[in-house]
Amino acid sequence: MTMKKAAKKAAPRSKGVAVLVSTRKGAWIYASDSSRRKWAVNGPHFLGHTVHHMVLDLRDGKTLLAAASTGHLGPTIFRSTDFGKSWKEARKPPAFPKVSEGENGRSVKHTFWLTPCHANEPDAWYAGTSPQGLFRSNDGGVTWEPLPGVNDNTTMRPWFGTEQDGTPDGPKLHSIIVDPRDRNHLYFGMSGGGVHESLDQGKTWTPLIDGMEVVEGFGFDIANPMFHDPHCVRMCPSNPDRLYQQNHCGIYRIDRPAKKWTRIGRAMPKSVGDVGFPMVVHPRDENTCWVFPMDGSGVWPRTSPDGKPAVFVTRNGGKTWQRQDKGMPREQAWWTVKRQAMCADSRDPVGLYFGNTQGELWMSRDEGKKWECIARNLPHIYALETAEI
Amino acid sequence: MQVLIPSPLVSYTRRKNVEARGSTLGEMLLDLERQFPGIRFRMIDEQDRVRPHMRIFVNGEQEFSLKRPLNPDDEISIVQALSGG
Repeated sequence: MTMKKAAKKAAPRSKGVAVLVSTRKGAWIYASDSSRRKWAVNGPHFLGHTVHHMVLDLRDGKTLLAAASTGHLGPTIFRSTDFGKSWKEARKPPAFPKVSEGENGRSVKHTFWLTPCHANEPDAWYAGTSPQGLFRSNDGGVTWEPLPGVNDNTTMRPWFGTEQDGTPDGPKLHSIIVDPRDRNHLYFGMSGGGVHESLDQGKTWTPLIDGMEVVEGFGFDIANPMFHDPHCVRMCPSNPDRLYQQNHCGIYRIDRPAKKWTRIGRAMPKSVGDVGFPMVVHPRDENTCWVFPMDGSGVWPRTSPDGKPAVFVTRNGGKTWQRQDKGMPREQAWWTVKRQAMCADSRDPVGLYFGNTQGELWMSRDEGKKWECIARNLPHIYALETAEI
Repeated sequence: MQVLIPSPLVSYTRRKNVEARGSTLGEMLLDLERQFPGIRFRMIDEQDRVRPHMRIFVNGEQEFSLKRPLNPDDEISIVQALSGG
């Protein structure tokens, strides 16, 4: 793998920031003024639908895709080409191929993750589903085709596990990453099932799990991807050879072409630990990333440790971590922030955003030094994305 | 034949009662899809299974097989089980 580093880009100047909020009961768009101090809300969109992910196509700046389902109806993808003023449903949402009668075929429960393909592939998108599947659209999300390199991969199939092995809301394929230098170079994560890399645009995949730990005490084979549960993997925009990962078993970093992850979460305070869901990387500094730890002790409450929510930041690639909780409740706040529900904008200083399971939307204008709640009383927040508007 | 549509799917049909054709339940659902694109996949998965919480009644009897023969005067009710929160 010989790849040049991506050129560092200056922070953009734009009118404001939009935060795309996906929740268990619909989607909202929060738009700021240029100072990011005043916010206007637009929504709800798809009220009553579970929206797992709503993403703006940065290649055209106006196309939104939203992965939606309800507790009762099957999953679909909604598409807007006017930044949410109007929506149209996908003509052919992600679906596994129909199997012969008598065979037990899989069906998509919901689309969990959406990623635009490479900048040189306009209108092309990837989708990750629950149960684990990888799909591609070449027409802006109108029709979707299954990618057999994953969905029909008999080697990979046992790593998917069963419904019982997955997260309570179903096993998922997530963290679909496209290398900005090479459209053939892809990564994704599976909960469970490990991290995987492709160098041929998804035709073949290789596990990338060396160095990742598994839950102790059960004698699991650490070399088997089935036992690995990456929660969120992010690539550094300023250095696509560097990936950070928040895993069920710690926080990791890898610098390609190395093939071994390093557990940088060992440097987190022991009283907090290094379990969590989201991972956020700095848009211009490969040494800076943020996590939102949760309680992984006992029966795994998955809430803020000790009821004291906090973001933790590293400025040196994971050697040391600092707590960032100014503005957050000091006690009795039992939040969970899910893997897609924390993100950054690309301003200078970087704005950080997270949404919690209590329906609160929080932000920091100064890279985590101070936090404020900009919206309350939303439904359980599943995902956030930002966009310059 | 007359087909009663549950409220979560009225966004597709714009009305509760619609007309559809077909000699089997599967054909009737394909006719609904032809008239109201997208509606079938919300009820029937890619393996032709009726989705959990969706129920289809033919003349008051619950039916799961898309091969079930239908007559033009049959009454179809598509019902969404009430669950969740």
